[in-house]
Amino acid sequence: MSSSTINQVAGRQLRKKTSFKQSVSNSLTMAYRGVLKIRRTPEQLFDVTLQPIIFTLMFTYIFGGAISGNVQNYLPVIIPGILVQTVITTSIVTGVQLREDMDKGVFDRFKSLPIARIAPLAGALLADTIRYTIATVLTFTMGYIMGYRPEGGLSHVVLAALLVIVCAWAISWIFAFFGVIARTASSVQGISMIVLFPLTFLSNAFVPADTLPNWLQWFVKINPISHLVTAVRDLANSGTVGWDLFASLIGAAVIVAIFAPITVRAYMRRT
Amino acid sequence: MSIQNRKEATANSEWAIEARGLVKNFGDNRAVDGVNLNVRAGTIYGVLGPNGAGKTTTIRMLATLLKADEGSTRIFGYDVAKDPHIVRQLIGVTGQYASVDESLSATENLIIFSRLLGLSRAESRNKAAELLEEFGLTEAAKRPLKNFSGGMRRRLDLAASLIAQPPLIFLDEPTTGLDPRTRNQMWDTIRRLVKTGSTVLLTTQYLQEADELADRIAVIDHGRVVAEGTVNELKASVGTSSLHLSIQNPQDIQDARQTIEQVLKVQTSISSEIGKITAPMADADKVTDLLIALRQKGIRLDEMSVQKPTLDEVFLTITGRGAEDDASKSSNESDKVEEERV
Ligand SMILES: Nc1ncnc2c1ncn2[C@@H]1O[C@H](COP(=O)(O)OP(=O)(O)OP(=O)(O)O)[C@@H](O)[C@H]1O
Ligand SMILES: [Mg+2]
Repeated sequence: MSSSTINQVAGRQLRKKTSFKQSVSNSLTMAYRGVLKIRRTPEQLFDVTLQPIIFTLMFTYIFGGAISGNVQNYLPVIIPGILVQTVITTSIVTGVQLREDMDKGVFDRFKSLPIARIAPLAGALLADTIRYTIATVLTFTMGYIMGYRPEGGLSHVVLAALLVIVCAWAISWIFAFFGVIARTASSVQGISMIVLFPLTFLSNAFVPADTLPNWLQWFVKINPISHLVTAVRDLANSGTVGWDLFASLIGAAVIVAIFAPITVRAYMRRT
Repeated sequence: MSIQNRKEATANSEWAIEARGLVKNFGDNRAVDGVNLNVRAGTIYGVLGPNGAGKTTTIRMLATLLKADEGSTRIFGYDVAKDPHIVRQLIGVTGQYASVDESLSATENLIIFSRLLGLSRAESRNKAAELLEEFGLTEAAKRPLKNFSGGMRRRLDLAASLIAQPPLIFLDEPTTGLDPRTRNQMWDTIRRLVKTGSTVLLTTQYLQEADELADRIAVIDHGRVVAEGTVNELKASVGTSSLHLSIQNPQDIQDARQTIEQVLKVQTSISSEIGKITAPMADADKVTDLLIALRQKGIRLDEMSVQKPTLDEVFLTITGRGAEDDASKSSNESDKVEEERV
C-alpha cells in the first residue's frame, strides 16, 4: 500500500475520552452530513415545501370567509397558525430519519469510530433546523403573495421566525426520543402524529379560542402550541412581546431539559 | 536500544487481540458461548464457521459495537469494556453489510469519515482522493453509491476503514458476493495491509479463503471455538493424507489395487478419472515398498501424488456438516437480508 504505512500502536497519541471541542467538531461534521443528504435527495424536502403552500392556500380560502369575514382579515390569524403547525410537523422528520439512520449500516461505522457518541444525534438535530428555516420562509412568502402584510415589520417577522425555529428544535427532541426508542421508522411517524395532531388542531392556530365550547377552550388555552401561535401573532402583527413569548420559551426549555437527557441516555444505551 | 529493552517495549503489543470467555445471549439464544481468541500482531487470523455460528456477533463484541454478557477482550492490551474510546482509535471495522452512506457519493463518504477522525478539510480531501485511487474507485468517486456494484461498495467500505491507518482491522466476510476477480483483488489488498504492519481478523465461510490468507484459523460452531491452529495443524488434526496414483495401462488397474491393498493394508477407491486410484496413507515410509512392488509386477505409473486433507474435509469433520451446503444456504440468506434492507 503505497501511501499508507500503518502507524503502530506505540507511536500513537491515544486519548481516553473525547474533548468538548472534539464533540462540537464531530457534531458539526454530522450536521454537514445531514445537509449533504438533503442536497443529494431534495425530494425529502417535499413536505417542507409543499405543506406551507398547500395548507396556506387551502385553509385561508376555506375558513377565511367563515371566521374573519374575508380572506384578507384572516391572513394575520392563519399565517402564524399555519407557520407553527407546519414547522412543528416538520420536526417529526427528525425522529423518523434518526430511526432510519440508526438502522443503516453506516451507523455501525459511526459507532466504531473514536468520535463523540452524541455527535450523530446532535448533528441530525442541528441539520434539521434547515428544514424549519425553509418551511418558515416559504410560509411567510406564501402569505405575502396572498396579501399578508405583517404590521410588526420585517425585524419582528424575523424574530417570530427565529422563535418558531427554536421551539421546533426543542420539540424535535421529543420526536428524537421516539426515534431512538422505537422499533421502526413508521411507528415513529405514527406515534408522533398521534401526539401532534390534537396539539396543533386543538389550539388557536386556525380559529380564535373564544368561538369554541367551554371545555375545549380550557384545553386550547393551556395548550403550549396556542401560546406559541399567540406569541408569533403578537410579534408579526403588532411587533409586541407578551407573556406568551416567555411561556413558549420556557416551554421549549422545559422540553429540552426533560427530553435531551433521556434521549441521550436512551441513545447511548441503544448504540 | 538493547534487545532486552526492545523486547519489553513491545511486550504489551505482541498480542493484537486477547479475548477470554466471550459470551453473548440474545434472549434464549446463546449466540456466542465462551469464545477465546489470541491474535498475534502483524498476522492474518481467520474465523471460520457456518451460518449463525456467531462470527459476526464475536467481531461486534471485539470491535466495541456490542457489549459482551461475559468475558473480556484486550486490544493491544487495552480493555474493550474499560477503554472503548482508546480501542476505537486502534481499529478499523468493515462489517458484514456495507457501512457507508448510501445517499452520498464515495468522496463525500470518505471526507465525512476523515473529518470525524480529526483530519482538516484539505487533508480529508486529499485522503479521500488517495484512497479512491488506491482502490480503483476514482472514476466513480462522484456518483451516488446507489449505483455502485457490490464489489465497489465493498472496496469503498474497506477504504473507509483504512483512513486512520489502524493497526488492527476487522473484516466480516470481506469477499462474500464478490466475483472471483474482485475476490482476488480483495485478497491482494488484505495481504498488502499485513505487509505494512497491520493485523487483520477476518471471518469467512470460504475455506479456500482462509487457506489462502490466514496464518491461523479458529473454527467456530454454535458459538464455540471447536478448533484452532495454523492451516496445516488443522489439516493434520483430521488425520491422514491420501495417496493418488495414475496407472498408465487401464487394464492393470485391478492388479494395482490389489497390490496397494496388500502392501499398505488399506481400502482403495477408484476416482472418477479413469485409471486413478486413491488410498489413505498413514505411513509415508511404506510408499517405498509399494513402488517396488508395483515395479516388480510391471505396473507402470503415470503420476503419483500425496495430498493433504483439504480444509473442506477438516471443516466437515469438525462441524459434522458440509461446508458447501452451508455456504450456498448463506448466500441465499444474505441475499434475503439485502432485500429486506432495500
Ligand atoms: N441482534 C440480534 N438479535 C437476536 N439474535 C441475533 C442478533 N444477532 C445475531 N443473532 C443470532 O445469533 C446467532 C449468531 O449470529 P451471527 O450473526 O453472529 O452469525 P454469523 O456466524 O455471523 O453468521 P453468518 O455467516 O450468517 O453471517 C444467530 O443465531 C443469530 O440469529
Ligand atoms: Mg455474519
